Amino acid sequence: MFDSIKNKHGHNPLFHAALLAGFALISAVLLILGDKVTSGAIKQRHIEDLKHSLEQVIPASLHDNDMWRDKIEIRQDGQHPPRLVYLARRGGKLAGVAFEVSGRGYNGKITLLMGIDADGRILGVRVLSHTETPGLGDKINERKSNWIFNFDGKSLGSPPPDQWKVKKDGGAFDQLSGATITPRAVVKAVREGLEFFKAQRKTLRRSTKGEPR
Amino acid sequence: MSVNYKRIAMDGFWTNNIVFTQLLALCPLMAVTDTATNGLGMGIATTAVLASSGVTVSIWRHFITHEIRIPALVLIIATLVTLVEMGMNAWMHEMYKVLGLFIPLIVTNCAILGRAEIFASRNWILPAFVDGLFMGIGFTIALVSLGAIREILGSGTLFANASLLLGPHFSFMEMTLIPDYKGFLLFVLPPGGFIALGFLIAFRRIFDKFLEKMIPGALTPKDPVLPAEVEEAAN
Repeated sequence: MFDSIKNKHGHNPLFHAALLAGFALISAVLLILGDKVTSGAIKQRHIEDLKHSLEQVIPASLHDNDMWRDKIEIRQDGQHPPRLVYLARRGGKLAGVAFEVSGRGYNGKITLLMGIDADGRILGVRVLSHTETPGLGDKINERKSNWIFNFDGKSLGSPPPDQWKVKKDGGAFDQLSGATITPRAVVKAVREGLEFFKAQRKTLRRSTKGEPR
Repeated sequence: MSVNYKRIAMDGFWTNNIVFTQLLALCPLMAVTDTATNGLGMGIATTAVLASSGVTVSIWRHFITHEIRIPALVLIIATLVTLVEMGMNAWMHEMYKVLGLFIPLIVTNCAILGRAEIFASRNWILPAFVDGLFMGIGFTIALVSLGAIREILGSGTLFANASLLLGPHFSFMEMTLIPDYKGFLLFVLPPGGFIALGFLIAFRRIFDKFLEKMIPGALTPKDPVLPAEVEEAAN
């Protein structure tokens, strides 16, 4: 049946355009259905991912709230976009915070999640995403080497502010063999994170006075 | 009209292998084959898309006119890849986290468009499915073998992180072949991939010559007619 229609209208460009539009319509319907079926599960997976990352930088014993839900947006000066801060509370008091920081690595953006306790000490840092060279810069990933654990327990006072550099630049942190730019970017990003916490400490304390959301 | 399924399978698997013979799809090949595990994951995902796009294109082949075939095929393949990506993200999340970046790249894999145009749009559903399946398996073999060579030479391990992809039962596959290996960065990066691929193709040629000498006619089929040609003649 279709063949006879094709023979009759095959020379008309509109016929082919309509055919292609038909394919596009079917594709669109399929994609909408696919999205409807999967979007709930995908959202759930993202929440699980977030919970898992938060657990790695803030020990579960430190807080008694649902951190992934308990978040506030901190607006900084005009240069930086607002930053999402996850709050860890224990008995209604601020026990720690976790937020993302990022730096420019050798190949592109490095995104980190860091957890800080209420006194400004680092509880943990983890790489969320990076595009560093495999075998060299990717050792910042906790699966590849334990370099990232060097930050645990550090704060703006220890090592002193001018020591927040890699050893090659006269600082306190080891570089990775064969990669200096990557650790340099990570150290700088973590330091900026600590400075952000220091500057926003009062705001964060005040915001935990209210009821947990 | 009889369809020579053995011929289709052999074609996809070996004689007309996407990588070793057609030299197609080198971009995803170089991007993911730094470890054998990544190669395997990409191979499985590509095979799924090849087989399903073969079936879909074959079902609609009478409606895909010659004039709109390229946009229509791209549309079908892109839709399938997006559905595979959403499904993986929702139900195979661990695997998605490893391969997620590469899944959209499957759309740009010219081998899939090539098979849809050359084979699936001219053949009945079952041959199209078999062709997609075995082209995919052949591609997977190429990805895994190149990945294994690059991983052993580059990092000294084999199938590292296989349990992330296949589940904890497969942790026995993870091997450290060269302990305390310092690593050979060249093979982790794409240039090493090209070098290894060159050697693989050379070895394949030598093997084919050897096979031809041992069993004459093993690689030159007695029935040279492809199903596509059979059907076109029948029309």
